[in-house]
Amino acid sequence: MIKTGVLAIQGAFARHAATLSACGAEVRIVKYRRDLEGLDGLVLPGGESTTMTKMMGYRINYEDLFRFAEKNPVFGTCAGLILLGRGADDARVRQFALVDAEITRNAYGSQKESFVDDIPLEFDRDNAFHAIFIRAPRIQSLGNNVRVLASCGGFPVLIESELHLGATFHPELTDDRRIHQYFIQKIKEIKNGKKQST
Amino acid sequence: MKKGTFEVKVGLAEMLKGGVIMDVTNVDQARIAEDAGAVSVMALERIPADIRAFGGIARMSNPEMILKIKEAVSIPVMAKCRIGHFAEAQILQELGVDFIDESEVLTPADEENHIWKKDFHVPFVCGCRNLGEALRRIGEGAAMIRTKGEPGTGDIVEAVRHMRMVMGEIRRLANLDHTELMAAAKHLGAPFELVEWIAKNGKLPVPNFAAGGIATPADASLMMQLGAESVFVGSGIFKSDDPKQRAEAIVKAVTHYLDPAVLAEVSKGLKDAMSGIAAAGLPEEEKMAKRGW
Repeated sequence: MIKTGVLAIQGAFARHAATLSACGAEVRIVKYRRDLEGLDGLVLPGGESTTMTKMMGYRINYEDLFRFAEKNPVFGTCAGLILLGRGADDARVRQFALVDAEITRNAYGSQKESFVDDIPLEFDRDNAFHAIFIRAPRIQSLGNNVRVLASCGGFPVLIESELHLGATFHPELTDDRRIHQYFIQKIKEIKNGKKQST
Repeated sequence: MKKGTFEVKVGLAEMLKGGVIMDVTNVDQARIAEDAGAVSVMALERIPADIRAFGGIARMSNPEMILKIKEAVSIPVMAKCRIGHFAEAQILQELGVDFIDESEVLTPADEENHIWKKDFHVPFVCGCRNLGEALRRIGEGAAMIRTKGEPGTGDIVEAVRHMRMVMGEIRRLANLDHTELMAAAKHLGAPFELVEWIAKNGKLPVPNFAAGGIATPADASLMMQLGAESVFVGSGIFKSDDPKQRAEAIVKAVTHYLDPAVLAEVSKGLKDAMSGIAAAGLPEEEKMAKRGW
């Protein structure tokens, strides 16, 4: 069984954990350094990236998470994607810069600009995904090794690199599990690939 | 593309879970709160303890002050309007406030009705003392519920009473048979559809936070263990002798609310908490929790 962790410093971690369980994964809440041991993948949830930055350094460090994310599959949503990406240019937020994507925080404005939209997914174009954007970040530019899996309003909103997956919206807030299932599949493929190469 | 739908409103409340929302009255305090790890700040002219001391009519804060705080921090900014004062709410929405607290801390503008919150794009949080009150507010469109507690006292007893009441009533509903739900809705004074939803799901349909009297890391942990999903700290931080350290300690206490080792560590070395007022000793007419219907 695939073992996934959900970083639980703050934010929508319980919703991610419930969705991953429903997809058949074993789920562990991650609050301490030791919680990362033996995980096949990790979700960095939405919430406030300033709060998460502040709390990295207390019971779980930036370096612990960086070392894990450097070598293992990680799915970041909203604030979680901000942490995975680069270019936020804000001293209050410390990014891993592991995904070559330049990200602007709160790019759409205050909460009254938050929205929902039905968007097609690259890996399942027949059924739109009901995407909920909450004070969402925007992906301004991407490196060559990053693939766009969904776009909205002319900007990429779901992206993947070799190890990582990132969304500017919140699939954990809907009952549609396709994106979490895609992440679990990605973990399986990476795990199998590692076995073959050793 | 649609804005201001119920799922978008509840979505922001979901993002604030496991965090601390702090009352601030100026830009300096807002920065201290954000640096300490607050998930949001509540911009208001006077914190509840000072509203009590000052007396007079407490109204929506000055828009200029709210805008300055919005400018200073990147986390969501909340502001309060008076119960039933939908024109104040319209102004706050126009200012781009991220969440409106229709709050008993301010002097009520309507003694019969609350705001019809479904008319707004911006989400609302409302206080409650029991499940019926929570469900009436959700019926009007509130996207987050919090306990009222007794604001500005630093006394946790009312927040505990309100949280135990809400959680206990949810547990009771979950045990009722379908035939009994209509009478339960009648006794609660709550919309039947919401009573039915709770009986089926065993929780509120929106996030459930704690407020009103939280002054220490232990208070925050207590409320989380009783079922709160985040905490509001009003007077507790900036009425204490060490706002920065206390704010950081309460943030850590909320993330690690089940870890006594963390709670002990963050409680060590704090200076005096706000001295406070015993809620039980307040004259009935001074109790803010009684405002709202």
